[in-house]
Amino acid sequence: MFEYGFMQNAVLAILIITPLFGMLGTVIVNRKMAFFSDALGHSALTGIAIGIVLGIGDANAAMIVFAVLFALFLNYISNKSNASTDTIISVFSSCSVAVGLAILSWGGSFSKYSSILVGDILSITRKEIFYLFLLFAATMLFYAVCFNWLNAVGIHRTLAASRHIPVGLMENLFSVFVALVVTLSIKWVGILIINALLILPAAASRNLSENMREYHFFSVLFSLFSGMTGLFTSYYTNVATGPMIVIFASILYFSTYLYHWKGQKSAKWEKNLYK
Amino acid sequence: MKKIIRPCGLHCIKVNHLGVRFGEQVVLRDVNLHIHCGSINAIIGKNGAGKSTLIRAILNDIPHEGDIEFKDRENGRIQKLKIGYVPQSINIEKDAPISVYDLIASYQFRFPVFLKKSKKIEKEIRKALEVFEAENLIDRQVCNLSGGQLQRVLLAMAIMNEPNLLLLDEPVSGVDQNGMELFYRTMEYLKNNFDLSIILISHDLDYVVQYADKVILLDKTILKEGSAKEVFASEEFHSVFGVEELPGYVSNQKQKKSPSPAFKGEGM
Repeated sequence: MFEYGFMQNAVLAILIITPLFGMLGTVIVNRKMAFFSDALGHSALTGIAIGIVLGIGDANAAMIVFAVLFALFLNYISNKSNASTDTIISVFSSCSVAVGLAILSWGGSFSKYSSILVGDILSITRKEIFYLFLLFAATMLFYAVCFNWLNAVGIHRTLAASRHIPVGLMENLFSVFVALVVTLSIKWVGILIINALLILPAAASRNLSENMREYHFFSVLFSLFSGMTGLFTSYYTNVATGPMIVIFASILYFSTYLYHWKGQKSAKWEKNLYK
Repeated sequence: MKKIIRPCGLHCIKVNHLGVRFGEQVVLRDVNLHIHCGSINAIIGKNGAGKSTLIRAILNDIPHEGDIEFKDRENGRIQKLKIGYVPQSINIEKDAPISVYDLIASYQFRFPVFLKKSKKIEKEIRKALEVFEAENLIDRQVCNLSGGQLQRVLLAMAIMNEPNLLLLDEPVSGVDQNGMELFYRTMEYLKNNFDLSIILISHDLDYVVQYADKVILLDKTILKEGSAKEVFASEEFHSVFGVEELPGYVSNQKQKKSPSPAFKGEGM
């Protein structure tokens, strides 16, 4: 199957996207931002719509600008407001989806954009892979320099601020990176399932890990594994790639969950035994 | 945390005209504090007196009026004040894959904790944990620590930064009597062996009598400050706490009994 150019590109893209998602996912899960990243994915719809309304040929640019602004705005609102963050994010997320759908369905032309819902990794080009690689490198650089601070801010904001860690900057930078990664890969992964790919590998890894090194190692490993097996399975079964990847990631999650649950049960049993 | 030095008594921390308001509501007004190095300062007061707000204002975590200066009396220069803050709890939920090493390294070092464990960093963390007899906790998951263990870990982390001022926000809740004794003995050990001052919010007036060098009675502003004896004998103290809530020290002085239950029940 590697004789096809589109398969080579798809493999390359998965080799870049999945580790990136695995790495970002760990922080998203630890900071309980799953809903936030979901809202960002949905905002892509509005981004595309705005791009079309303004007549910008390259929808990517409009999407990126919109997603970054949306992310910063969500951060700002959830820090300022007293209402539950969940509710606020939900309000803006639904609003953004509605606006996007309304504009795109204008004149009954929505079917043109339906591919963005499930994504199509097989249509990725070399140039787009290069952009993804740049983003991957930038995110890794950000992690190498700022990861500890990011983690510290997630554990306790005031404690981090007392150590002169730039709390607001870290939160905003992380949101911007998530926004960039989500919008740039949404065409290949799809709005409906992009969040699953961010959350599942990290959540599965959390079931097994006791420290940050294990957590990130397993998260990247699970992400890569479900990406590759998903791609190959979809090639042979003629099923869309994105959903296949998510199915494998879900299987991994449930198996690790069972393993974790069993481990806990036996630990409890042992504890009672020695009482 | 490099060396243990005796407090010099030559520098001090001054809080000048500190005020905090949330919208229209005045939470703190005109708080003036003079903290000498090598002293334990206990803040006492009823619920809603602004104790935690004062700590947050000193940490610069909330907008406030007034300023905080740090003076080195020996050569008169003003340095940047390093504050070691020990929060009451942290946002680490059950099953979070964060070990004690990860926790401390995240705040104290830049080498990313998701890469390999650094021998040098581990050695330094272990050394700090040893001060609080917590070195065997280094690879434990933070979410599995008891309240007392977590507090010792957070104290070790605070000390690593060589702070001039240690701030403890309600440190004694959720710790039993033995733990309390241990905690206050640790405070005394820090006071005697490190070059720092301690400000802590305290609920247990019996321990305050025993260990605090200075007691600050707070209700929106400082009502009374001084030694524990002075403050407890003052009218302001009686008007805030009432007679029935006097600490064991005053009411049971002769009997030397356990602390009065009336005060112990009140978790602030």
